[in-house]
Amino acid sequence: MSTSLSGPGSATQAPGREPVRSGLPRKSRTARNHAPITATGLVVKVVLLGLVAGIAIWAAFPLIEAEHWIGLGILAVTTAVLFYLYLGRRHIPAKYLVPGTIFLIAFQVFPVLYTASTAFTNFGDGHRGSKQDAIVAIQTSSVKQVPGSTEYSLSIATKGDDPATGALVFLLSDPKTKEVFAGDAGGLRKLDPGQVEASSLTGKVTAADGYTVLNIGQASVRSKEITDLIVPTSGGAIRSNGLTRAYEGKAVRAYDAGCDCVKDTETGKTWTADAKSGAFVAADGERLTQGWKVNVGLKNFSRVLTDPNISRPFFGTLLWNFAFAIGSTGLTFLLGMAIALALHSPRMKGTNLYRVLLILPYAMPSFAMLLVWRDMFNTDFGLVNNLFGLGVDWFGQAWSARAAVLLVQLWLGYPYMFLVATGALQAIPRELTEATSVDGASPWQSFRSVTLPLLLVALSPLLIASFAYNFNNINAIWLTTEGGPFPADNPTNGATDLLITYTYRLAFGAQGAEFGMAAAVSIFIFAIVATVSAISFRRTRKQEEVYS
Amino acid sequence: MRIRTAGVVAVLGLALAASGCGGSGSDKPAAKESATKATGGKLVIWADDKRTAALKPFADEFGKENGVTVEVQAVSKDLQTNFVTASQQGSGPDVVVGAHDWIGNLVQNGAIDPVQLAAEQKSAFNETAIKAVTFNGQLYGVPYATENVALIRNTELAPEAPKTIEELVQTGKKLKAEKKASEILCLQSGQNGDAYHIYPLYTSGGGYLFGTAANGDYDPKDLGVGKPESIAAFQKIAKLGEKGDGALKRSITGENSIATFTGKKCAFLVSGPWAIADAKKANIKYDISPVPGFAGGKEAQPFVGVQAFYVAAKGKNKALAQEFVTNYVTKPELAVALYQAEPRPPALTAAFDQVKGEDPDLAKFQEAGKNGQVLPAIPAMAAIWDPFGKAEAAIIGGADPAKTITAAGKTIAGQIK
Repeated sequence: MSTSLSGPGSATQAPGREPVRSGLPRKSRTARNHAPITATGLVVKVVLLGLVAGIAIWAAFPLIEAEHWIGLGILAVTTAVLFYLYLGRRHIPAKYLVPGTIFLIAFQVFPVLYTASTAFTNFGDGHRGSKQDAIVAIQTSSVKQVPGSTEYSLSIATKGDDPATGALVFLLSDPKTKEVFAGDAGGLRKLDPGQVEASSLTGKVTAADGYTVLNIGQASVRSKEITDLIVPTSGGAIRSNGLTRAYEGKAVRAYDAGCDCVKDTETGKTWTADAKSGAFVAADGERLTQGWKVNVGLKNFSRVLTDPNISRPFFGTLLWNFAFAIGSTGLTFLLGMAIALALHSPRMKGTNLYRVLLILPYAMPSFAMLLVWRDMFNTDFGLVNNLFGLGVDWFGQAWSARAAVLLVQLWLGYPYMFLVATGALQAIPRELTEATSVDGASPWQSFRSVTLPLLLVALSPLLIASFAYNFNNINAIWLTTEGGPFPADNPTNGATDLLITYTYRLAFGAQGAEFGMAAAVSIFIFAIVATVSAISFRRTRKQEEVYS
Repeated sequence: MRIRTAGVVAVLGLALAASGCGGSGSDKPAAKESATKATGGKLVIWADDKRTAALKPFADEFGKENGVTVEVQAVSKDLQTNFVTASQQGSGPDVVVGAHDWIGNLVQNGAIDPVQLAAEQKSAFNETAIKAVTFNGQLYGVPYATENVALIRNTELAPEAPKTIEELVQTGKKLKAEKKASEILCLQSGQNGDAYHIYPLYTSGGGYLFGTAANGDYDPKDLGVGKPESIAAFQKIAKLGEKGDGALKRSITGENSIATFTGKKCAFLVSGPWAIADAKKANIKYDISPVPGFAGGKEAQPFVGVQAFYVAAKGKNKALAQEFVTNYVTKPELAVALYQAEPRPPALTAAFDQVKGEDPDLAKFQEAGKNGQVLPAIPAMAAIWDPFGKAEAAIIGGADPAKTITAAGKTIAGQIK
């Protein structure tokens, strides 16, 4: 990005100086003549660039803390480019294009690339971090108290007088024998009782010669060092448990780099690292729960295509998915347009009141409305059945559930179509329809051959967008039927399942979330929606050529 | 001229940036810390909304006593997922509060560490609660409350506690015939079922979810769903369904079951301690008894869930977190305060005894859960909920139990790694 924006020769030129004589002098002179520096412009520039710098500095600290040098580099380069661009008077087109490009990269390109890269991994619950993380987790979670060992009461202390930097020592007192020990990475040493002051109640050391005993506040600042301090003993090692107690523990499982495996010292069982699945697997097939993220190549994609649980109901689901998206878009459009046409008629009275009433469903949060509708379709307690005296098990049968879902979509969606159709209708000159009636066309004919095509020219892109949105409308299904009703013999695929709800269940319903799998499926869905949209846009363009 | 403009912009911009970033991030917490004069480290606790409010005073007290800053942050939605994601990125809390059946997932993601309790600390807790937070032979959390479902009945409509589910259906049918109630039993199912609430009937019919491994944990390799016992259990449940007695219905959902009970439309409700507040508000005269089983069947065992405190594995202040969880949470005062925020039986025996006197419901709930089964915390449990619930709903709606449960068992087995 930076190379394309800073043109040749600009490196030698301080920002804001006179343009190089050879580089487009005419253009910049006119630009200067046309754009005098105003106070408002200056203030806006200062504020916006100040914000840029502020955000950059704010974002830099976490990046430095996480030692994310590549991220920091990108941040620095982007900020530098922005300042270079807007402090100078050149590069007028770039000034317009760069903000949009940055947002496009940040919010579109990056997520898409990230999703695509995730699709080739096993990223998910149990496989989130690196192998090192998994090893640490396995070893930490295998630390067991040595049977019959002493529970010490612990005082954290430092050698010397400085609580902030002095070397840490555990002052341990045995509650039974009242013996006091000092322990550090070198091991355990018994302290002379004469040098130590201890609480008579708990035996906890309160002062010792040559040591500074830390209170909890002082100790908590050095939490990491305390957790890392392990005092070796013959049976295992003494570890802190909080800041006031210590126990003798032993990590039963340890990683051995030589065999790339985890060994259990109690049972002698070994689990060897399997780089393909990102887990430690024993000879008998048992795997340790803590795994790590690995590249699995095309495995997620091939699973989508070959797993009978996924591929068998795929086409049925795809068909209903199309029916749902087309139905939602088509029905809402028809109803919205019909109402818009009715209110557009000059003979209609009180149109403003009607418009307000009609927009109400649009003004309510769809999230809440979907839940309300779900309860209204309840067989025994729902408003729909009670109002009409029906006993329909709406969400219990495939077709009634589909009809109910479409009905809800219609109610939620028609105000939007009504709004846009009203706008588009007002842009169609009345002379056109008047001319058709002068020529003897019936109102239907004039609507069919003049109004509707002109309306479609304006609304087609919106209809395509609405289709694409409804194709992936997870809320409309998840908050009402949850994809149900499900056939008795297949709890994974229901009658109203869209591809997105279906894959959501596949990816997150089983043993924890499988983000890799979910990403692979979303790439498939993306391909389907993109194809449909591309075809529709091409047809729209042809239509525009005919009518405009 | 041009140079000057650029200079002005640059200088002002930088000044604004400096002031902006100073105000946004680093100054405020520092100011707060100095106000509470804490010089020590910082402990961050994540909990849900209700518990955050109850924890705050105790967290503040812990902070004041020890000269540290304690922040209790409410995460109202998807606490478990948010915790796993945040701790992976290193921005998680030091302590998290949640249900014990999270343990399997939290451990497989390396998000929590085992806690070490001394023997006398352990013995202060209800035994079931300690068993619930034990996973792979390690203690992973410090429990503070237990919960399980029971049969709550409207004593005006049904004065006697039914001994068997058949007796319950009989009473319910009579009330329905007399137009005193419109439903026999409020046991939530919904269109997609509810494994948690149907579980007592499933166990009474002889079904089980997982067998027990040698070390006392649940064994994911021994799956009970789809086995003949589970089919037999669901055949009994089917008789209570829409095509049978009509005691179990898909129209009774998690949203309306308690409301239907408090609206006096059904005499019996299968629910947990969380339903009591509503029943009290509606002035219902109620009593609590164990969920009855089938006549001649096995014991009806509800799931026992436990709420616990966990030490985050990737917390910034692990030593302080361990100190808080193992030495402070184990005090009865905190357990009592958490009980007052939401009435669930405390897991600490001392705290339970303290509140038992003023709240007779607690003892009844605990009695109902005495023979309960600890809700499995193994990651494989996540694969059970959805297919099991859907099979339940299908069978209540009249589907063939053998075919439905066999299919559910196959789906579950296919998802368990």
